[in-house]
Amino acid sequence: MSSVQTTLPPQTGQHGFRLRSTHVRQFMMGFYILIFFAYLFGPLVMMSATAFNDNTYPQVAPWNGFTLKWFEELITDSFMVEGFINSLVIGAGVVCLAVPFGLAGALMLSQIHHKVRSIYYVIVVSPILTPGVIIGISTLVFWDWMGLMLDADFESPFYNGIWLTIIGQATFISSYTLLIFLARLQRFDSTLEEAALDLGASHVQVFWQVLVPFLKPALISAAVLAFLTSFENYNTTVFTIQAESTLTTVLASKVRLGITPAVSALAVLIISLTLVGAAVHEVLRRRERTEVKVG
Amino acid sequence: MNNLLLPIASLIGAGLVILGLMFYRRSQHATGSGFGHFLRRNGVFVSSYLILSLLGWIFFMIILPQLYMVDFSFSHNLPPSKIGGPEDVYTTQNYEYLLFGSPGSEDAFNWLHLKVFLRTILAAVVVTIIDLALCYPVAYYMAQSASSGKLRMMALCLLLPFWVNEILRAFAFRILFGSGGVFNNVLMGMGLIDQPVDFIRADVGLYAGLSYAYLLLMIFPLYNAIESLDHSQIEAAKDLGCPWWRVHFEVVMPFAKPGIASGCTMVFMLSCGALAAPQILGGPSSLWFTQIIYQWFNTGGNWPLGAAYALVLLVVCIIFVMAVMRLFKVSFGEIIK
Amino acid sequence: MSANVELENLNIRFGDFHAVKDVNLNIRDGEFFSFLGPSGCGKTTILRAVSGFNDPTEGAIYIGGENMLGSGPNERPTALVFQSLALFPLMSVADNISFGLKVRGVGKVQRRKKADELLEMIALSDQGDKLPSELSGGQRQRVAIARALAVEPKVLLLDEPLSALDLKLREHMRTELRRIQQRVGITFIYITHDQGEALTMSDRIAVMSHGVMQQVGSAQDIYDNPATSFVASFVGENNPINGTVIAAEEGYVSLKTDFGELRGRNERGLQPGDRATLFIRPQNLCLSERGDFDNCIQTTVNDQEFEGEFEHLYLAGDSRNLVVSLINDGAIPQFSNGSPISVGFHSDRAVVLPAGEMAYE
Repeated sequence: MSSVQTTLPPQTGQHGFRLRSTHVRQFMMGFYILIFFAYLFGPLVMMSATAFNDNTYPQVAPWNGFTLKWFEELITDSFMVEGFINSLVIGAGVVCLAVPFGLAGALMLSQIHHKVRSIYYVIVVSPILTPGVIIGISTLVFWDWMGLMLDADFESPFYNGIWLTIIGQATFISSYTLLIFLARLQRFDSTLEEAALDLGASHVQVFWQVLVPFLKPALISAAVLAFLTSFENYNTTVFTIQAESTLTTVLASKVRLGITPAVSALAVLIISLTLVGAAVHEVLRRRERTEVKVG
Repeated sequence: MNNLLLPIASLIGAGLVILGLMFYRRSQHATGSGFGHFLRRNGVFVSSYLILSLLGWIFFMIILPQLYMVDFSFSHNLPPSKIGGPEDVYTTQNYEYLLFGSPGSEDAFNWLHLKVFLRTILAAVVVTIIDLALCYPVAYYMAQSASSGKLRMMALCLLLPFWVNEILRAFAFRILFGSGGVFNNVLMGMGLIDQPVDFIRADVGLYAGLSYAYLLLMIFPLYNAIESLDHSQIEAAKDLGCPWWRVHFEVVMPFAKPGIASGCTMVFMLSCGALAAPQILGGPSSLWFTQIIYQWFNTGGNWPLGAAYALVLLVVCIIFVMAVMRLFKVSFGEIIK
Repeated sequence: MSANVELENLNIRFGDFHAVKDVNLNIRDGEFFSFLGPSGCGKTTILRAVSGFNDPTEGAIYIGGENMLGSGPNERPTALVFQSLALFPLMSVADNISFGLKVRGVGKVQRRKKADELLEMIALSDQGDKLPSELSGGQRQRVAIARALAVEPKVLLLDEPLSALDLKLREHMRTELRRIQQRVGITFIYITHDQGEALTMSDRIAVMSHGVMQQVGSAQDIYDNPATSFVASFVGENNPINGTVIAAEEGYVSLKTDFGELRGRNERGLQPGDRATLFIRPQNLCLSERGDFDNCIQTTVNDQEFEGEFEHLYLAGDSRNLVVSLINDGAIPQFSNGSPISVGFHSDRAVVLPAGEMAYE
């Protein structure tokens, strides 16, 4: 009798046990994901909180009351403002270089002979895998030497931190944009180019009227990515920037030398901007989606 | 010595361009090859745009600076006036310095720098493993279990922190782990400790911060790889009596190999080459190899020595990538996607 | 407005692959000309050479007497309708049609006028503002043709433009294409692997195989008087019977085959001793008892198939089944499989050609 019971336990019991086992796993998974996202956002939330605490050190406790004075300090900090402006200039410069370079690199990949294609691909994406400090160093020493060889003036771009930083950052950011263009070009029907040519368009017209409109989304995202990557880059910039400064290098020296809640205040600004950007992006995507559905 | 590099490099560059154009062939419907076809396919405007861009980028920004850095790392640290002079000869002293220290030192090896170097590599491996362990469950959940709405929400949440500046992210961890930081406050408030624990000196902050910084670069390759796995394969394995943890080791992970390889490579490279996080989160006694390089370029004022150190770092990275490619039997293209 | 297209000793090679061999051809003004052949026969390569996308390795292409060597596709008086249609997905239908005019610097008003004209011709007057993706397959097809016609080419080239359409639409488009060609009156060069399309629409057809032009002629010519075994076996159903020539006289040859001596027309000057193949079409084979035939084949029935107007008999042949198509007059006897049968044909209905490549797999 007992053996029957052990070999054939009541149907409901077995069912219930199975359910529980998967439930436990699901619960554990959910719990883990919760912890994971806490790890992701916790530090940022804590940092943001310190921006509003009236305490000379960026600390959450003790809470000395709500204040906005760190934001004020931020705006009046001339180093920060100067670095910010330089970052904008460099970001714009990088966009101007990295977008056309990446596009050229992507367009060339499909045309190059298949025997050299893999080598070519390794060369054009290698900057992504090269540590940023090395790109910064090689850019610095190479252009320094070029300036020396060409007997360039000390005020010339060869020794100018802004120019060097633009070149150094564009070296690897062009590889990022290249990957974006490649992904988009994979879906490009090259007979469209032939069709346009056949209808009498010149090569320039084909480029501007067929290829560029098709690549427009990729162009926009490449430009945005290039700008943001440039804006927050540190490893390359710290070598190439020389006597100048960017927002990131100013921040780094501030954080290293003495920490102040003004840095947290900046973080709050950046995080809010990011959130707004993400929300806009999400709304645009939803709208696009519904449009497609209607179409 | 350096006077030869520019002409030689230019010759190599011109040779590459000519070779590339000779080999150039229109994709499928090729009736011939050569420069004429390149010109005819693209037209003068686009052709010159392509050639100029690629010359500027590949040649003057990727290849030449790297080559020159190699050349430079074998030179003496000379003031500009002496460059090209009689003292400007090749030397291996910069590499000898990393191995043996300055000629006058007492130790047989430059243990200080070698230790930092080895610790950097080791720490980068540890960070890579931490990230892999942290990200795999999330990537798996996103790829195989999450509904599409949840998935988009999660992807967005993952991306958000990474638009925040690298320095600020490190700063956030400093706030968490500092002596007056959140963790110490919580632990003391709970009565678990009476004295603040120096998390920074123990490098807890550094590991946490570095792992945090490169989470995204692990999670998306993993997600992409696992996402392409047909869910019925998992169900089939379960149906055949495989326990859930073995499903991962025998079915999911082998399938996700290219993604794992790609994520590990990226995280390792970036941790190795990290500078901001060690500067901000590193304890006073722990140096990162990139920090030594940085010192040679700034306070140390010895650029060739810094270049030599940087080159050693680069070589290690290249060896690591090749090892991963060999170990996981993946191609270069699969690593970068 | 139209022009003739002359291919002179055209040879095109891709590396070691000889895609087009020694093609000499003159396509006349205002002609509807088709290249017919299986995929990979070189017909698309010829078309791309005419439109300027690849160069002849040897030989020359003349359009309206002018050598096209060195002129790019955008400088030639041709327009191509692509197999994939290649409509610009981000432009409206009207913008697609007027694209060729826009790149030539034609003003907006004139462009719109021309587009409206063409839209009317292809019966899509009210669809000009839609995107190509919003049209049906047949509509897109017509837009692609209108876009090519908008630049007023002297020669319109069509690369299997109907292959993506379903059967009914394809048949409708055949008449439509023919109507458009007659209306605009320019030279059409049409590429297809579908003999139905080639036979119904074309003034003349060139049959291609492995880069070689096998025969050029009117549809009837090609069907009734094939020049090679390939053409005979590719165009329409045909029954090949292999043998050796034993006698040749007055335009006829006698062939020694597995079925005894058979006679057919000698169009290619075959001599006794030559290896040859006799081709007889299914509808020209009859049951021997129903007439007085000078050729008789004794064999067995493998299968019988009913198909409405016709009834097909599959008989054991020398290499593959012989097909006999009988008009269903209600008096066709039922054969059991394996039963002996005798079929016959008239010598003037059979053509004997030198043994050679066949289109069967």
